[in-house]
Amino acid sequence: MSDSPPRRVRVTSPRTVATRAQRVPAAREIDAQTMLGEVYMSSLLRSQLRLALLALAAVGVLVGGIPLVFWLFPDLTSVEVLAVPLPWLLLAFAVYPFLFGIGWLYVRAAERNERDFADVLERS
Amino acid sequence: MTAAGYSVLGVTAVFVATLAVGAYGWRFSRTTSDFFVASRTVRPGLNASAIGGEYLSAASFLGVAGLVLAFGTEMLWYPVGWTAGYLVLLVLVAAPLRRSGAYTLPDFAESRLESRGVRRLSALLVVAIGWLYLMPQFQGAGIALASTTGTGSWLGGVLVATVVLVNVLFGGMRSITFVQAFQYWLKLTALLFPLLFMVGIWMGDGAVSPASVDVGSGSTPGDAWESPLAGPGEHQLYTTYSIIVATFLGTMGLPHVVVRFYTNPDGGAARRTTLFVLALLGVFYLLPPVYGGLGRLYAPDLIADGRTDSVVLELPARMLDGTLGDLLSALTTAGAFAAFLSTSSGLTVAVAGVISQDVLGRRLGGVRAFQAGAVVAVLVPLGLALASQGLGVAQAVGLAFAFAASTFCPLLVLGIWWRRLTGVGAIAGMLVGGGCAGGAVMATLLGVAPGGWTGALLGQPAAWTVPLASLVMVGVSLATPRRLPPHAARTMVRLHTPEAVQLDRGTLPR
Repeated sequence: MSDSPPRRVRVTSPRTVATRAQRVPAAREIDAQTMLGEVYMSSLLRSQLRLALLALAAVGVLVGGIPLVFWLFPDLTSVEVLAVPLPWLLLAFAVYPFLFGIGWLYVRAAERNERDFADVLERS
Repeated sequence: MTAAGYSVLGVTAVFVATLAVGAYGWRFSRTTSDFFVASRTVRPGLNASAIGGEYLSAASFLGVAGLVLAFGTEMLWYPVGWTAGYLVLLVLVAAPLRRSGAYTLPDFAESRLESRGVRRLSALLVVAIGWLYLMPQFQGAGIALASTTGTGSWLGGVLVATVVLVNVLFGGMRSITFVQAFQYWLKLTALLFPLLFMVGIWMGDGAVSPASVDVGSGSTPGDAWESPLAGPGEHQLYTTYSIIVATFLGTMGLPHVVVRFYTNPDGGAARRTTLFVLALLGVFYLLPPVYGGLGRLYAPDLIADGRTDSVVLELPARMLDGTLGDLLSALTTAGAFAAFLSTSSGLTVAVAGVISQDVLGRRLGGVRAFQAGAVVAVLVPLGLALASQGLGVAQAVGLAFAFAASTFCPLLVLGIWWRRLTGVGAIAGMLVGGGCAGGAVMATLLGVAPGGWTGALLGQPAAWTVPLASLVMVGVSLATPRRLPPHAARTMVRLHTPEAVQLDRGTLPR
């Protein structure tokens, strides 16, 4: 029999994971249709809808306002810009680049919204 | 060679080129998915050209110039509305519609609302709007061929119907995509090239303003020609806004426009395609109004004759002498036929898709059913066009827009953005909207509408039928909360989340 004491063995608990709070990916919250998933979804929906309504409002006011302005101020009809009548200049030329510009800004912002949504789901 | 000879040559060249480009696409068309949606692999650039080519119909190519010639600046609201309609489509519908994963409008309605009834009603409306829109294309083809070459007015329609049918039967959507992309650029060239010569002549003549000339009695005087408000009298503002509502909101409900979105690979591509389309339409619509303005100076007799629609076809030959003028007129005639062909092709594919799935699908399968559907989709409106020569081209197209805005616009917008829409609500809204819009325009066409305010309300119904249909849809949906589709939440996830995120999107339709 040896009188040297037995080697010390460090005893550790294998169950450290169990004590930590379980993290559920946000995507699974949406899949399970929990309240939290609902919050993620409705925030995406709301931001996209707000963006769409903003774009429509810009078109509604600036293009949709044209008949009202010319109805209230009929004298504007005979105003000429660079020898082109103002109504013709607005409706035949200027309106198209404007519509494209609104569309371009919308697509950029909508894609940014979607990227933010994807980032939030991945980070959590 | 005579002027008619050049026109025949031009039109023949368009028919041959259409079949040749279509034949190039036939080689790729194998599966049912190829036929319906070109297997959803069309890149944004090609797809946008195809959408532009499909969308610019006879009404855009011939009608806008004719209307501007006759009535002036107020008619510019039509091309502006047809372009702005794509912007509304982009911000409200484009990406979610593609992400819904459905083939046709009835597919979308059924997968979102989980109701067979909504599906059947949508299928009925798609076929009705499609035929309403196809009929004037065939009629316009007949009128254009008759006025340039002197043939019978039935021949143009029959020729266009035949070429469309051949391409659709053999190649489906795959083949049509190439054909339509080619036709956008053909139409743009056909208007732009003659215009370069004509604007040069106009500058040489001292660049007189079209509004400054007096074109005789019975036509619009110069200051009214410059006004951006539609129609005479106290209904001006209402009529103008009603045209704006019908065109801004009607575009998204046209079956041939919507079916194109299913050919994009994903929702993001659908958005970029639509933006591209906005640019292509904006460039194209700069041109027809100039024909209208020049027509007021160089071809004012067309107004008195009531033949304003042929100003695009005749103006080059009138402003330029000799062979060059005849050749350029033949070019615009060829462009007009490209317009008839491309729009009818797109409508035929859309209507055939719905007929084959909802009527023939159970008895025939896949490609066979699609081909049988295409034959029905073309022959019925061709027969209607030959039987009723009276109904105006622009009137029928206007009816289609008001009708689409009053039925499919509320269904799509509420279906995509509002969770509490029910099948019962959608059916009620579409019935009320479609019934009122259809009834109002029928009353105007049959001439039984009274004058004054009632006449104005019936003549341009969209400004009151669209809000009415939407209110009915919302009201009935709120009154039937028990009929809420059981998987509405999952469907909303599918419609709105980007494809890059891994999520349970429920089962895709079919």
